[in-house]
Amino acid sequence: MSDLRPKHIGAPIKRVEDPRLLAGQGQFTDDRAVPGALHVAFRRSDHAHAEIAAIDAARAAALPGVFAVYTAADLDLPPLVATSRMRDYRATALHPLARGKVRHVGEPVAAVLAESRYVAEDALDLVEIAYRPLPALVDPETAAAAGAPLLHEEAGSNVLAAREFARGDAAAALAAAAVRVGGRFRLRRKAPLALENRACLAEWDRGRRALTLTLSTQVPGIVHEALAELLGLPGHALRVVAPDVGGGFGGKASLYPEEIVVAALAKKLGRAVRWTGDRLEDLAATSQGFDEIVEAELGLDADGAIVALSAEAIGDVGAYSIYPWTAALEPVQVVSFLPGPYRVPAYRGRVRAVATDKAPTGPYRGVGRPAAVFVTERLIDMAARRLGLDPAELRRRNLVRDDEFPYRTPSGIVWDRCGFRETLDRALAAIGYEALRREQERARGAGRLVGIGIATYAELTGIGSRISAAPGMPINTGTETATLRLDATGAVTALFGIASHGQGLETTLAQVIADELGARLADIRIVHGDSAAVAHGTGSYASRSAVLAGGAATAAARLLKERVLRAAAHLLEAAAADLDAADGRIFVAGTDRSLSFREVARAVHSEMGRLPPEAREELEVTRTYDPVFGTTTAATHVALVEIDRGTGKATILRYVVAEDCGRVINPLIVDGQVHGAVAQGIGAALYEEVVYDEAGQLLTASLADYVIPGAGEVPEIETIHLDGESPSTLGGFRGMGEGGTIGAPAAIANALADALGRDVCELPMTPERIFRLMEG
Amino acid sequence: MIRVRTTVNGVAYEREVEPRLLLSDFLRHTLGLTGTHVGCEHGVCGACTVLVDGRSARSCLMFAVQADGLAIDTVEGLGEVEALAPLQQAFRDHHALQCGFCTPGMLMTALDLLRHRPGAGDAEIRDLLSGNLCRCTGYQHIVAALRALRK
Repeated sequence: MSDLRPKHIGAPIKRVEDPRLLAGQGQFTDDRAVPGALHVAFRRSDHAHAEIAAIDAARAAALPGVFAVYTAADLDLPPLVATSRMRDYRATALHPLARGKVRHVGEPVAAVLAESRYVAEDALDLVEIAYRPLPALVDPETAAAAGAPLLHEEAGSNVLAAREFARGDAAAALAAAAVRVGGRFRLRRKAPLALENRACLAEWDRGRRALTLTLSTQVPGIVHEALAELLGLPGHALRVVAPDVGGGFGGKASLYPEEIVVAALAKKLGRAVRWTGDRLEDLAATSQGFDEIVEAELGLDADGAIVALSAEAIGDVGAYSIYPWTAALEPVQVVSFLPGPYRVPAYRGRVRAVATDKAPTGPYRGVGRPAAVFVTERLIDMAARRLGLDPAELRRRNLVRDDEFPYRTPSGIVWDRCGFRETLDRALAAIGYEALRREQERARGAGRLVGIGIATYAELTGIGSRISAAPGMPINTGTETATLRLDATGAVTALFGIASHGQGLETTLAQVIADELGARLADIRIVHGDSAAVAHGTGSYASRSAVLAGGAATAAARLLKERVLRAAAHLLEAAAADLDAADGRIFVAGTDRSLSFREVARAVHSEMGRLPPEAREELEVTRTYDPVFGTTTAATHVALVEIDRGTGKATILRYVVAEDCGRVINPLIVDGQVHGAVAQGIGAALYEEVVYDEAGQLLTASLADYVIPGAGEVPEIETIHLDGESPSTLGGFRGMGEGGTIGAPAAIANALADALGRDVCELPMTPERIFRLMEG
Repeated sequence: MIRVRTTVNGVAYEREVEPRLLLSDFLRHTLGLTGTHVGCEHGVCGACTVLVDGRSARSCLMFAVQADGLAIDTVEGLGEVEALAPLQQAFRDHHALQCGFCTPGMLMTALDLLRHRPGAGDAEIRDLLSGNLCRCTGYQHIVAALRALRK
């Protein structure tokens, strides 16, 4: 019988989400019409760093159609503070509307409420704010130096966090190394840039004294807990709903001032209040990422075995330590992941997170690992060049071997069994590496600048409660909960704390449940993105949802199936052990006797007397899953890149990704995640850079200035999935949402360096930077 | 206020609007056709793309009053949730959307492309899609969907 069962896991099932999104029937936050809602527009700081001397909102408030103007003094909201158990961490107070001082261009200072967004924006210019400018802190190394002006006086330093990881004596090992390579690497600041700008709608129910916040967020659970506290509401009087969400990439994974203000105003005024951000606001006031300076050195013996790695890093974290992740999130991950998938006997990595007058940094797809992998993979290529070895061979010699798993890295991360070398071998085979090198030689002979770049990396995904190298936030990101309910119609409703925003979890979680429960896919509905769905959940970020929610779904479905089979055993007068379920029916093994899920559910719920009272178990179960340490995901990317000698433009000719993402739930979706993440990595490598000038003014405030890859900039990407089940997670899934962005910058940087025969130490390598490198 | 008469997805509308009202806001908030999305309001991202008299155009770069007397087509006119049009079905078959936010604009651009350049090869498809940004898919599956509809 088992051979006949439909297998949903592993099948390229078309997404449940698609029809509504394709027909224009999605429900994004701004799509929800609420007659009478007041529209908020934020007057934002046009100074990088200044004291607020005075605010006069009288003219703005007098404009016809304006309801009121609020400043920090009018709202009396407590500041948002991201705390951490980390040593050497300094928290910062973020006032939802600036109080006393502004610390970056784009920081909200006043909120105008009006009958329409048009009128609210008209009134912005009429809010008069007198500033006393302060010196702008733009360069993180200057800001970190002793005697620099302080961004947060109460913190006592601009260094908001510092951390060091060490194993062995890296300095001594480096001194004794046969070969040493090093450099100063710079990965420039990025914007997550979801296509849907952030937006929220707060509706106050006067009768029930309860607030519903519709919010374009990845983390309704996190927002729910923090906002209930800030507003003094019991959890049951606040519901945070993430409806259809137009991308996040980390930019919607934090709690923001705008939603605090909008929610507070709705509660205060007793009516609906909404804000829909525009692209300028997104580029100026959504969390940014990847702004790292890393000075690193790698030592190897004469055979090419790594003996030591040493790094000194600075993360430019912007103006505030973001809630809940803290300013430590990205910089700490840079140094904790630098040793990568390699055997590194001695390591010292030190990092400082430094405040500057820029938008706060937060999670952005890959978090820390794109910078870490860029640095380490460049060092490997530099070392290969010095040793006269093929870069693939040097990787092969140093990758953690299959017999060494579980392998503990110098920063305490434990790699579980994962196909490190297999990803390398498979990627090289897929691109035809040997032949490609010969082709490259011919192209070079013809005067073309063609380079091949490899990047191999490992990452922790599906991280549970025992997070290694944790930034010590006071929230639980290590568990997710699933509630499964079989109702009398035979329908299965599955409730989760995650919040799908493009990953297709309405489809993949249904696939998992269908297989584990034996239900029909069409009978399962996934409810997510709603803080009211389960008692605790955080949301979707950090390549966690398939692992954590998939694990919770697996556990809950197995338990529910036991109950369904026990009830069916009574009805079929058979032993439960002889029953199994598939495709929405329960069968007695070796017979033609069966019942549908609906028939069993009706007998339990609706039909009195069909089951003895003690056999009527609830057909609703809740399971929480904690993968504890999480699991390892690894991949190798290989890029073939050609540079135009005349313009410095880089074109990616071929791109291959071989990855071990564990048991694949839906290969269509896995491919899509890889393609999209690689595209963002291509952006990070060649195009994307948030630029502030010396006065802290944002120069990349439109999509004409902040350039993300279009269809012409992204090549066809060939993907290979190893499908090696994780030994550590329930279901064998590994997280894979971020990997493309982690591997691509390094692979492309290596390809550029290979093409030019020069070191590439800065990303993005825009045509201008490539041109300068060619000229220099 | 100015009177605007326009046909959207074959239905005639007549409304009094402010002269500064964007066509994108008119469609979304005056007519309630929220399938058309707004991603940048400066004409780069293409999420707001609709057809104006049969050719793709940025609804965020037009005022509603400029649509007076013109025929507008939006994603809502393509097909139904239960009966997707072939273009929508191809997007679904090839997993050409993830978050779905750029999708309506992408579909309208693709409709123009298929009508006017039905034999476009991959390079031309990518060129013609270059005015529509997608942050999720890396475009590969979108190109695959359109390749499947190539005539």
